[in-house]
Amino acid sequence: MFLINCPYCGERDQSEFVSGGEAHIARPKQPTELNDDQWAEFLFMRKNIKGVQFERWNHVHGCRKWFNVARDTSNDKIEKIYKMGEQPPKL
Amino acid sequence: MSKNLRINNKQFVDETRKLSFIFNGKKLYGYKGDSLASALLSNDIHLVGRSFKYHRPRGIMTSGSEEPNAILQIGNDDALTEPNVRATEIELYNGLVCNSQNCWPSVKFDIGGINNFLSPLLPAGFYYKTFMWPASFWEKYEYFIRKSAGLGKSPIKQDPDMYDHRYLHCDILIVGGGVSGLIAAKIASDDNKKVLLLEDKELLGGSLIYDDSDISKIDNQKSSEWLRKFIDNIKKDKNIIIKTRTSLAAYHNYNFLLARQNLTDHLSVNERNNKIRQRLYKIRAKKVIISTGAIERPQVFHNNDRPGIMLASAVKKYIDYYGVRCGLENVIFTNNDSAYETALSLHKSGTKLNAIIDIRDNSSSEIVNQVKNLGIQIYWNHTIVDTKGYKRINKVTVMRLNDKGNDVIGKKIELNCDCLAISGGWTPMVHLFTQSGGKLKFDNKDNIFVPDKTNLDQLSIGSAKGDFELDDVLKNSIKYTKKFLNIENSNFDKIDVKCSKEKEKKNIWLLPSDRPLSKTKPFLDYQNDSTAKDIKLALREGFKSIEHVKRYTTTGMGTDQGKLANMHALGIVADTTNTNMGDLGTTTFRPPYTPLTFGTIVGRNVGQFFDIFRKTPMHEWHVDNNVKFENVGQWKRAWYYPKDGETMHDAVQRESKAARESSGILDASTLGKIDIQGTDANEFLNRVYTNAWSKLQIGKCRYGLMLNEDGMVYDDGVTTRLGENHYLMTTTTGGAANVMSKLEDYLQTEWPELDVFLTSVTDHYATASVCGPNAKKIINKIFKDLDLSDESFPHMSFKEVKLGDINCRVMRISFTGELSYEINVEASYGKHIWEKCIEAGKEFNITPYGTETMHLLRAEKGFIIVGQDTDGTMTPVDLQMDWIISKKKYDFIGKRSLYRSDTIREDRKQLVGLLTDDPNEILEEGAQIVKDENKKPIDMLGHVTSSYFSPTLKKSIALAVLKEGKQLKGQKLLVPMIDKTIKVTVSDTIFLDKENERING
Ligand SMILES: [Zn+2]
Repeated sequence: MFLINCPYCGERDQSEFVSGGEAHIARPKQPTELNDDQWAEFLFMRKNIKGVQFERWNHVHGCRKWFNVARDTSNDKIEKIYKMGEQPPKL
Repeated sequence: MSKNLRINNKQFVDETRKLSFIFNGKKLYGYKGDSLASALLSNDIHLVGRSFKYHRPRGIMTSGSEEPNAILQIGNDDALTEPNVRATEIELYNGLVCNSQNCWPSVKFDIGGINNFLSPLLPAGFYYKTFMWPASFWEKYEYFIRKSAGLGKSPIKQDPDMYDHRYLHCDILIVGGGVSGLIAAKIASDDNKKVLLLEDKELLGGSLIYDDSDISKIDNQKSSEWLRKFIDNIKKDKNIIIKTRTSLAAYHNYNFLLARQNLTDHLSVNERNNKIRQRLYKIRAKKVIISTGAIERPQVFHNNDRPGIMLASAVKKYIDYYGVRCGLENVIFTNNDSAYETALSLHKSGTKLNAIIDIRDNSSSEIVNQVKNLGIQIYWNHTIVDTKGYKRINKVTVMRLNDKGNDVIGKKIELNCDCLAISGGWTPMVHLFTQSGGKLKFDNKDNIFVPDKTNLDQLSIGSAKGDFELDDVLKNSIKYTKKFLNIENSNFDKIDVKCSKEKEKKNIWLLPSDRPLSKTKPFLDYQNDSTAKDIKLALREGFKSIEHVKRYTTTGMGTDQGKLANMHALGIVADTTNTNMGDLGTTTFRPPYTPLTFGTIVGRNVGQFFDIFRKTPMHEWHVDNNVKFENVGQWKRAWYYPKDGETMHDAVQRESKAARESSGILDASTLGKIDIQGTDANEFLNRVYTNAWSKLQIGKCRYGLMLNEDGMVYDDGVTTRLGENHYLMTTTTGGAANVMSKLEDYLQTEWPELDVFLTSVTDHYATASVCGPNAKKIINKIFKDLDLSDESFPHMSFKEVKLGDINCRVMRISFTGELSYEINVEASYGKHIWEKCIEAGKEFNITPYGTETMHLLRAEKGFIIVGQDTDGTMTPVDLQMDWIISKKKYDFIGKRSLYRSDTIREDRKQLVGLLTDDPNEILEEGAQIVKDENKKPIDMLGHVTSSYFSPTLKKSIALAVLKEGKQLKGQKLLVPMIDKTIKVTVSDTIFLDKENERING
């Protein structure tokens, strides 16, 4: 059970949040232009790395805002939390 | 108490308060302050159970949570009985009833004991190798294994006790109230930190509090006396919250910890009424200090498991703390100095100590010299090669060790004893440290694993860190705590500590015997009956990883998690494979550190509080009208309303006939409702639904289908345009929360430029849905001024109307195929409007119907239920709902996926209707559909998703998903059941009123 510092509410227990998987996978603006492989890349392919991973989290039992989290999957240490639309930090 | 086993001890045991208890049916006595184990020992009872595999007699071995043998069933009440309780951990109370559990039929005559003689047939992996085959026999094996293994009885009635959960927050959490933890607490408190101190025993002070030695001194006072005054001080400290009888169960990441406090287990049963039994603390600590101490390890030699063989430190605690002698003829067997403290305690209490056997060549430390001066016989460089006595030890056989320590030489010496105190050195309690993700390192000097690296803000001090002598414990605890808390000076910087210093060390993981190893039983894990032989066998059979050896031999897999066995197991593996112990790694310790009751884990979340349930505003009316409820997510939904002993089938037939022939009413309040506003609301709907929304006029309703990005149907429902930029979306009951989350996700992350606001209003409105040929007449009676003509109020439209002061939103939409009106009002008026409808409908036999009838009515019309007829693998095309996919829209969620190579396959499963050849035969939902029963393996073509008997059509109807279903209309197929095969014909999905005439009444 880790603590997550919601950028809108402050530090809260993990149980108030849900993870939304890998961050920075923008929905293609023109899906019809993509062939099956390109669409499948967007739809299905996700990283699962050991180390710092950029993820989307939602404060579902709080302000319901989505934001980004840079989390080290090997020890759950949160390196950085930043808002939607912001660029991933260089770590 | 025929033997004189009690010695005077006023300090910790109150001899004025005699308590009675029953062990295996026999009434015995002890005193307030006794543990169950000390009370048994004072009655000369060592034999308390049988071992797991060989059913060897086993006795109390320790005085703490590492106890492997004295595991009892407490209580004889069907609801309150508790298995697997350690006699060493439970405080004696008046009226305690306990029984040995690992023996059948009785502890003294045990049928499983035959295993002891068969033991050559029960080597490591025996259960894996034997009981695996044939698989069909497993049920029989299990019965006998369980019966003779006797893992205790679980209570068979509901637990009547109360349990509690509580959150605690602190600057510094200190786990363990021994001297190092107490000093750390004081240093932190002096630095104005909020300290939480947990101690699993009833008293603070650890083992030092009952230490009676003259050698160890703190600031020139007897160490126990210094500590007593120090504890009095700590208790007055306002910065320190102390929780005793509280053991840490789990240490999670981010310094999140769970601890269990025992509140009533030490009270007699009649004192427990209306009190909380156990409380689980959920602790968030800024910093954690682990001062859990160390446990003594045994020595591994032939027949080292007889009742009467105990840890030396336990023998000392029973004398010095409980005032109980464990035997009248004692022998000590050690490889280190600490057992000499036991020798001194025995001597001081006037208890006979026949000899000390020490595997070391000699020792000249202060404490050993003191024992030597008492004239006690010490056998240096000797080992025990055998012990005798079936239900209680009565003899040990001793021989001299050779120079290498791997064999014995010389003559056998026999010594009498009824208690053998053994010590193989000390193991730091690093369990919590490793649970928290910390990495250990091996210390070659003391043959121990000590805490090394951690990612958390935590510190281990005292014996838990590997300091065993009082001066090291105190001085290092002070030094490291100051560094950990960034403190320059403390009040303990000049503390003066004196103690005996150990000079000689020697360790032999598996002691030699005059017999070959194959003829000996040197036990490692007493609880799981694994011996050094088993470890060697596992290695010979090719197991290398310590985790595999552990599982194969079951060493360390008991309820004690191998607290006593692990180090010896590792040592023997290292010796046998010529590996450095530090390179082997350790096995993983997992929470809970000590077992937790289910009650503690569950807390107050029992019975109706297990999960919340949601009630509609009409709930009371349903209850008053004999409803049966169905759980839909957390909702209690009206399922059907049986009359005069009707079965569900009867009730549903009656309800659905009434709805088709006159009128029915359904509580539809549970449907998800999302209020959508904003200048881009229309564009938003276009993006989230498959169909087009641009032309929907104000006051009109439209059905929409929502997909996932993978093209699969996600949810459906009717959305009404309430105003220029204002819509009300309905969702399925079960999907409401997920749809809301999904829409918010898109708005926040993909389309933040859209001016759209979403509000969940599911609980804000109540919905009564009136349907049937007479629905219009009923609505007309309620809303007299409302023009219900098809021109003014056509199907799929909406009116806002007042009933007195109540604002009503009336939608003419239909999920049954009948003319129907849904009246939405503020939730608090829900029951009122419902009763109005019932009253107005009386003359038309308005019939309340539940979800079951609703499902039947919509199935007759071929309307899908998302989640029943779909399962996350169905596209709109699979559902034969191509009409709802807009060809004109450039994009919507899931559009691109609808022409992926996989979604355009012709042979996907598609929704079809099924009619049984026998119209009275009702298919089972979930039943498989096949073409050729005789072909093996049989091809599964699909399955039944919805099935009912239609009273209107007077036949059975079903929906199903079927491979290439669209092509198969008219085809005869089979539905094989366990006792028969049902013949079916593929049909259209719409069974009733294909022309849609009924929605106009
Ligand atoms: Zn928040």
